Amino acid sequence: MTRMVPHPLLSLGLLAMWLLLNGPSLGHALLGGAIALVAGWALSALEPERLRLRRPGAMLRLFGIVGLDIIRSNIAVAGLILTRDRKGKRRSGFVKVSLRLRDPAALAVLSIIVTATPGTAWLEYDPETGVLLLHVFDLVSEEDWQHLIRDRYEALLLEVFP
Amino acid sequence: MIWMQNLPLWVALPAALLVVAGSTLTLLGTLGLVTLKSFYDRLHAPTLGTSWGTAAILLASMLVFGWTEGRLVLHELVIGIFVMVTTPVTLMLLGRAALYRDRGEGSAEVPEAPPEPAPAEQP
Repeated sequence: MTRMVPHPLLSLGLLAMWLLLNGPSLGHALLGGAIALVAGWALSALEPERLRLRRPGAMLRLFGIVGLDIIRSNIAVAGLILTRDRKGKRRSGFVKVSLRLRDPAALAVLSIIVTATPGTAWLEYDPETGVLLLHVFDLVSEEDWQHLIRDRYEALLLEVFP
Repeated sequence: MIWMQNLPLWVALPAALLVVAGSTLTLLGTLGLVTLKSFYDRLHAPTLGTSWGTAAILLASMLVFGWTEGRLVLHELVIGIFVMVTTPVTLMLLGRAALYRDRGEGSAEVPEAPPEPAPAEQP
């Protein structure tokens, strides 16, 4: 089973994408399934380690939190642009956060979260020290942002990625 | 676009609101891209368009075409996922290029580069 489907998540995702794009039918399910299997073998040559996820509850909670935060920060950044930076009172700056996450897939998810949330930009991550450099659009307190990244996102990501 | 006139109000109204909200956010993002002063600030503005700017327009499309075709239309989700997954790549590329340039120029406004890893000891 593991030899046939080395990356079940990737293969499932590809099959789902194939069916979404082509419309569900038996023919497309077979064709998409074959492509998904071959893609899984190809990836196992590049990346032998299989992605493991745990705690679907934590994953769902993360999705919910991120969804809300993205809406909130969209409104905040749009407001700042409209009010001309609160008439010039906005201050932006760099924030350093030292992360406990080391798993590349988890870091990739964190980078998507940080980028998808307007107002924070992922600039640099140093794998030696685990320090992440962020740029924050509306910086009030560095500590608040460090807490936000560590407690709100990283804690949940550590639960999901073993 | 005759078939558009047959849309019931409960589909047309939220779809219109979503399209207007999405395009307004995208417009504000581009406005910020033009008016903001520093490069790092300008990095943030277009993410309005790639997050809810895209999402709202895609939701409106799902709503309208889902109703006219009489089935669940989900392939917009694929667009949304790809936009979300690929934005960090360009953003990091631009951000790191700017950091590299500013550090090379000795700018005092950017934080210093992380320390170089210690060289491996010669055997």
